[in-house]
Amino acid sequence: MTPSDREATGLLTRPDDLVRLLDATGGRHANPEFDPWVADVDVDALIGLHRDMVVIRRLDSEATALQRQGELGLWPPLAGQEAAQIGSARALHDDDFVFSSYREHAVAWLRGVRPDELLSVWRGTAASGWNPFEKRMAVPQIIIGAQSLHAVGWAMGAKWEDSSAASIAYFGDGATSEGDVNEALVFASSFDAPVVFFCQNNGWAISEPVGLQSKQPLARRADGFGMPGIRVDGNDVLAVLAVTRWALDRARRGEGPAFIEAVTYRMGPHTTADDPKRYRTDDDLAEWRERDPITRLHAFIAASGADIDAVDADAKAAADRAAADLRAGLTTIPDPEPMSVFDHVYAEPNSHLERQRERYARYLAMFDEEGAR
Amino acid sequence: MTTITFGKAINEGLRRALAEDDKVVLMGEDIGTLGGVFRITDGLKAEFGERRVVDTPLSEAGIVGTAVGLAYRGFRPVVEIQFDGFVYPSFDQIVAQVAKLHYRSRGTVRMPIVIRIPFGGGIGAAEHHSESPEAYFTHTAGLRVVACSNPADAYVMIQQAIASDDPVIFLEPKRRYHVKGEVDLDANLADARPMGVATTVATGDDVTLVTYGALVQTAKDAATAAAEEGVAIEVIDLRSLAPVDYATIEASVRRTGRLVVAHEAGEQGGVGAEIAAAITERCFEYLEAAPVRVTGHDIPYPPAKLEQHHLPDLDRILDGVDRALGRPNSLSDVSEVDA
Repeated sequence: MTPSDREATGLLTRPDDLVRLLDATGGRHANPEFDPWVADVDVDALIGLHRDMVVIRRLDSEATALQRQGELGLWPPLAGQEAAQIGSARALHDDDFVFSSYREHAVAWLRGVRPDELLSVWRGTAASGWNPFEKRMAVPQIIIGAQSLHAVGWAMGAKWEDSSAASIAYFGDGATSEGDVNEALVFASSFDAPVVFFCQNNGWAISEPVGLQSKQPLARRADGFGMPGIRVDGNDVLAVLAVTRWALDRARRGEGPAFIEAVTYRMGPHTTADDPKRYRTDDDLAEWRERDPITRLHAFIAASGADIDAVDADAKAAADRAAADLRAGLTTIPDPEPMSVFDHVYAEPNSHLERQRERYARYLAMFDEEGAR
Repeated sequence: MTTITFGKAINEGLRRALAEDDKVVLMGEDIGTLGGVFRITDGLKAEFGERRVVDTPLSEAGIVGTAVGLAYRGFRPVVEIQFDGFVYPSFDQIVAQVAKLHYRSRGTVRMPIVIRIPFGGGIGAAEHHSESPEAYFTHTAGLRVVACSNPADAYVMIQQAIASDDPVIFLEPKRRYHVKGEVDLDANLADARPMGVATTVATGDDVTLVTYGALVQTAKDAATAAAEEGVAIEVIDLRSLAPVDYATIEASVRRTGRLVVAHEAGEQGGVGAEIAAAITERCFEYLEAAPVRVTGHDIPYPPAKLEQHHLPDLDRILDGVDRALGRPNSLSDVSEVDA
């Protein structure tokens, strides 16, 4: 992108700049370019964002505990990435469509996914937890980066149908090395698709540091694809909200895709099967704990004069309710019926699979008859 | 009835599908202005516009992956992979996304995507331009795989594939693109033979010969040649490779007691292996001889000047028929244990 192209996007912020509205101690930084995008965010709205983050952190830790108790097969914790996910998801309109990876529990939560829907995949009872069309969020994607192309295709269709909706593709720093993500950036740019690429750079792709994926800030790559790239403090919920609103609005107005690199940190393991002590130090964690996304918003709200004790009590009550719902929801997840293993492979009748289904039913029936004897 | 080429028949089928359903979009490399390297989409961009017939960047994963996103929106994308050997960069999007999303979404997300692939050899092409990748896809749950062999079928089957709510790998035998045949362009699709049903294209009581794609014509020629020696070959055009229409094959084998399967793809783990195994299981007591496979060798596709030593031709098919019949053949002096 040439400087004149960049001016055409109206973006003054350079890809190397880190957009930050709230610093680690809760201090508010003026940003002429992005402040207007959160001008409507009053104290009540800030308290809502704080509550969202407290609730999802609690749900995440509950799910981790449930995995340790053997109730879930696996869980990929989001701890540390609450602001990146809540800030970006709060920028979405109802008719926008989300294509995520497997760690966007906070995004799913804000799209109205119930706890039992969130857990069923990780409990191993269902291939997916929710109806993508009800929640406007695709089934989570485990193949790294594959969903980015789906987001672009959806956005191409939205443009062709003159829809005002946009899509958002969530992926991580590791995914930026995948062919699919790069191809998605090419297609999005070529077709001016209304899509926002939201990269949560959490520092680690399992054990591999982001430096193995890129020698320079990931946001810089956007220039090469002909779209604006923004680097935002991913632990600053207000800044994330501002830049995502900017990017979505731009996409909806037909100005094409944008790439956001939200710089954050995965405080926990990659999944509950991972042991991060093998590849990073306590000092790394301590450094990022100082930049906790909830702490800084909490400090800012307290400094604004709000009744912080009431804010805390309200957030804790909401988290307690959500945690109770999560545990109650877990017990409502039915174990699947054995023959449902054949369901939904095809949309239309399939002679081959029908035969296998019938034969397996006969096999299972054999045990019923033995039981009856 | 109109006499048109195989390629034109697909073109007319695509035209009709585009005209009848505005959710149908064509995507691929060079398919718009150029009309495709084989001209299969010739004239369609001019007629339907660049939003319905979309020239894409050169990325097979990108084409199939964005087709998935379009299907999420209710589109029915028809994707052209320029040559068989170029499909592999899109393999993940096909087998992990297109094939599985209906299952993964518990039936809520449909993937009515057609992936057209000109396949097979016989045109003296450069490497990666003559492959037969069908077994990768027949092995993948969630996909349907079909291969057409003549203009009339091509015209109907491309429309049936587009109408299917399941994803379809649509294999077009590129060396037959210029063959002409009679096509009823006004055919009522509701009356047409379903895509999943095989066609018996020559009748005979001595041996059942199953094949698909370009080799159907070769098999018919083999049947004509064999008839001169008093051997009656029943030729079945498989049409659907997944699922396979076993009812048609079983009925034939119960009559003939002998089965030969021919394809250009390699032998190991191929469609012929699957059919031979399935027919052995289903018709064991009817078989007079072990099923015979006549296939390409298990080698990378060879240079053009060697492809005649790779592709099954009329004589190799007849040699396979002779093996099935216990007549003198290339392996007569070799026991199956040594062979």
